[in-house]
Amino acid sequence: MASDADDQPPARRGAETHRAIEAVWRIEAARLIAGLARLVRDVGLAEELAQDALVAALEQWPESGVPRNPGAWLMTVSKRRAIDLIRRNERLERNLIELGHRLGTEEDLPQVDEIEDDLLRLVFTACHPTLSMDARVALTLRVLGGLTTDEIARAFLVPESTAAQRIVRAKRTLADRKIPFEVPQAAELSARLESVLEVIYLIFNEGYSATAGDDWMRPALCEDALRLGRVLAGLMPEEPEVHGLVALMEIQASRSAARVSPSGEPVLLLDQDRARWDRLLIHRGLTALERAEKLGDGAPGPYTLQAAIAACHARALDPEDTDWAGIASLYEALAKLSRSPIVELNRAVALSMAYGPAVGLQLLDQIAGEPSLKDYHLLPSVRGDLLFKLGRREEARTEFERAADMTRNARERALLQERATACREAG
Amino acid sequence: MKFMIVGKGGAETEAGTLPSQEVVDSMHAYNEALAKAGVLLAAEGLYPSSQGAQIAYSGGKATVIDGPFAEAKELIAGFWLIQVKSREEAIEWAMRVPVPPGSDGIGLDVWRVFDASDVPDDSLPADEREREQALRERLGVDTPGT
Repeated sequence: MASDADDQPPARRGAETHRAIEAVWRIEAARLIAGLARLVRDVGLAEELAQDALVAALEQWPESGVPRNPGAWLMTVSKRRAIDLIRRNERLERNLIELGHRLGTEEDLPQVDEIEDDLLRLVFTACHPTLSMDARVALTLRVLGGLTTDEIARAFLVPESTAAQRIVRAKRTLADRKIPFEVPQAAELSARLESVLEVIYLIFNEGYSATAGDDWMRPALCEDALRLGRVLAGLMPEEPEVHGLVALMEIQASRSAARVSPSGEPVLLLDQDRARWDRLLIHRGLTALERAEKLGDGAPGPYTLQAAIAACHARALDPEDTDWAGIASLYEALAKLSRSPIVELNRAVALSMAYGPAVGLQLLDQIAGEPSLKDYHLLPSVRGDLLFKLGRREEARTEFERAADMTRNARERALLQERATACREAG
Repeated sequence: MKFMIVGKGGAETEAGTLPSQEVVDSMHAYNEALAKAGVLLAAEGLYPSSQGAQIAYSGGKATVIDGPFAEAKELIAGFWLIQVKSREEAIEWAMRVPVPPGSDGIGLDVWRVFDASDVPDDSLPADEREREQALRERLGVDTPGT
């Protein structure tokens, strides 16, 4: 019964309305599904009912025009479908009386504050840890981002059938395990919120690492994630890490245009043309960071710390002005929360920039034996750079050669080999 | 993609007449809806053109013209900068701007904002696409200082 908007062949005369309906869907889907999920206590069913209303809109609006309040129209139709479905669907039989009662007495549209609560419940249900990460991501984009199955498939470079399956399975898991449609209680909240933030940041990074892939859907994921983050910040204004994540994403997104050269090559942060950074996004990021820090009360979480690092770069109009000492201490705080060799590697770079290559090298030597960095070419690459700066050319050359052997990227290999050669010539 | 919804000015905004509390409230609710939907980047209202200026060029020479400007219907009174999925979504949001009853003529413009990171992929030649692939692999891991 459920079907995507774009599965329907658009009527020629209705093509324009069709696009308008897609736009309405983008705006209304999450609230509609959230409101319905509260009525039927089943996210999967709510999503199907909402889709049915969308199909009805696609049939009727090209004739009748887009109604004045399209959200209310969709909600009314969905509710009617819900009643029809209850008559047909055995699955819900035992809930029939209760459900019929609710549907009969509720107002057409739940109150605004109630919808906010429903949205929050939807966020926590879609990102429930019982679901696999893939399922959480797909379901979140579907029910909160209003993305079609096809869009999700293209964004994650999987066949449409795979994306559809993830969503179906996610919905079934929620129903089978009787995951309640609710915001977790205080004791559980922070762990559950972590999952929500993780899902949003994963979506962001999927788009950010693609930058400008073959398919425009991938970079668009950054905007989807930012939108979700901003929505969440509106729903949970008192949670510092929500603002921290938004700040991190806003600041990272501000660099999008500067991260790739006109010829398509990656441009590292210190080489980027800072005039191409989006000042508005930086401003928004800094504001969100300020909020996160104020709410965090001196104990910033990992997203807030990462945002603070990104902010150090964003505040420096010139790379020379970068507060490397500040960045190094932020990395230290981050390492205390979740020690990782990558964080240490970054901290070593910051330390070397702030206090000289010898200090950075000292830290690098401490993590050199980390098994997780065994195949990570950036370790010898950074090490080579620090040794080079210290005038230890021969050792630097060995490191650059090692790094060149490790990288799978041809361009990067060439660059590292060049540096190795330069060591020999200089030495 | 980013769009700018521009609210057009008129005799009233030029006179600096403050809108009724009802209009202010509905505008506030509208801005709140935009923010809660995660699409609002910025929104500002503008003072009458008497507080601004125009710069006109002639033969490479710039002349400053102090406000107020004559053509009130070409003036703007405020704008919203939003980030949405499509032009249609921008129009749908623009349709929801609470324009006071009795307003005639063009009340809003919807402009697409140029975004340097909006370069469509099919504009990339094949060799650049290849580079793109390499880039993607490389950026898959966080590099120090990026």
